[in-house]
Amino acid sequence: MSELIELAWIVAKIVALVVPLFVAVAYMTYAERKVISAMQLRRGPNRVGWHGLLQPIADALKLLMKEVVLPQNANRFLFVLAPMLAIMPALAAWAVLPLGDGIVIADINAGLLYVLAMTSMGVYGIILAGWASNSKYALLGAMRAGAQVVSYEIAMGFALVGVLMAAGSLNMSEIVQAQAGPIWNWFWLPLLPLFVVYWISGVAETNRLPFDVAEGESEIVAGFHVEYSGMAFAIFFLAEYANMILISGLAAVMFLGGWYSPFHGLPVLGPMFDWVPGIIWFCLKICLFLFLYIWFRATFPRYRYDQIMRLGWKVLIPVTVVWLIVVAGMVLTGFGPWF
Amino acid sequence: MQAVKSFFDTFLLTELLKGMKLTGKHLFEAKYTLEYPEEKAPQSPRFRGLHALRRYPNGEERCIACKLCEAVCPALAITIESEQRDDGTRRTTRYDIDLFKCIYCGFCEESCPVDSIVETRIHEYHFEQRGEQIIRKPELLAMGEKYEAQLAEDRMADAPYR
Repeated sequence: MSELIELAWIVAKIVALVVPLFVAVAYMTYAERKVISAMQLRRGPNRVGWHGLLQPIADALKLLMKEVVLPQNANRFLFVLAPMLAIMPALAAWAVLPLGDGIVIADINAGLLYVLAMTSMGVYGIILAGWASNSKYALLGAMRAGAQVVSYEIAMGFALVGVLMAAGSLNMSEIVQAQAGPIWNWFWLPLLPLFVVYWISGVAETNRLPFDVAEGESEIVAGFHVEYSGMAFAIFFLAEYANMILISGLAAVMFLGGWYSPFHGLPVLGPMFDWVPGIIWFCLKICLFLFLYIWFRATFPRYRYDQIMRLGWKVLIPVTVVWLIVVAGMVLTGFGPWF
Repeated sequence: MQAVKSFFDTFLLTELLKGMKLTGKHLFEAKYTLEYPEEKAPQSPRFRGLHALRRYPNGEERCIACKLCEAVCPALAITIESEQRDDGTRRTTRYDIDLFKCIYCGFCEESCPVDSIVETRIHEYHFEQRGEQIIRKPELLAMGEKYEAQLAEDRMADAPYR
């Protein structure tokens, strides 16, 4: 009986995380459309509801009612399985992300490893979708996405090694606690090159502009999900945006001090902002990164495929390796307020 | 020296930051969007919308069935048949425009020696039945009667340039 209650409690916690996450995904699409329109001097959706606020709900309803078309020669089993494989890791990785002090579903010690494992799993959904669709565009998109995600995983992993060295722990909550203090105590400052590399790789990992060759509308239609429609397409969409929020959340945890306020521990300002719960700061930091995602999309043209590979292998990885050595030196000498 | 500068420019992503500065500035600028059904873009007196056949102020229809419009129409959208009327003048018995063929180039209007076939400013219309896209003489004349004031004003405004 007690096991049953515990199970129900875990399920309740998962629901309490996933439902707001889905709402966030829905309104992320709205925010994206609004911000990009504003940057292109348009107004964006403003018909459904006040200032278009109900637009994502209308979009979701439309997708729900649409037919899921199965291509004739597609591998049916894999075709249906692929979107699930895409969204599952995007949601599962949230389990170890501390939203506030002690607010985490699974406070495991190998949290960082678990996150890396889960984000790498996402590529299976993409590759299977491309393969199962039996379409040349889908296959091309899947191959591009696969190569890209695998390459940038390395740069990202290296960047996180720096965090691991600085925090001395793989546990996500301990990584945040190692950054306790005001804004200049967080890891973004000593690990600035790693932070930039992590963020660029994060954008590439989620196949967002300017690294969206996997979808590349002008070349391969929509890439790996050309053949998907209705709810199956919506799940890919959901997975992409959930991944974006996840990458933003990870960046906030590892480099921007998770739930800590930027004034934490300061003489006057610190106590002034003590009443704000940590989860609010965490969400604000996520929003900052999400806004960057949108800003990038509105600004940059798409990278050419070979340029993406060059950037990943010949620029980002060497930069991280060099800075890892610098970080090692800083840790050994106990440099600054960080180590 | 140039190479060193360009290396640092590339490495520090200065050009990307410049681009982001520009889009960031645009975020707060006034928007150009027109709230379409409520707001409408201004139209020129030369606007080429739905067609109409005009009449003279005494009620006589202008069209003399010279068929210049039919001849000039690049899309072959106009079909005209004519007969001699009892008073000895030549008039159309049939004047059809197929709006699916029409490309709204305005050649018919320009070729007309009596300013009979004209294009109005109406551009918001739809068809519900197959065949409705062919508008016939009575409908064209009715359009002309309905919008005569606007049509005359537009011709007047454009007259100095013709």
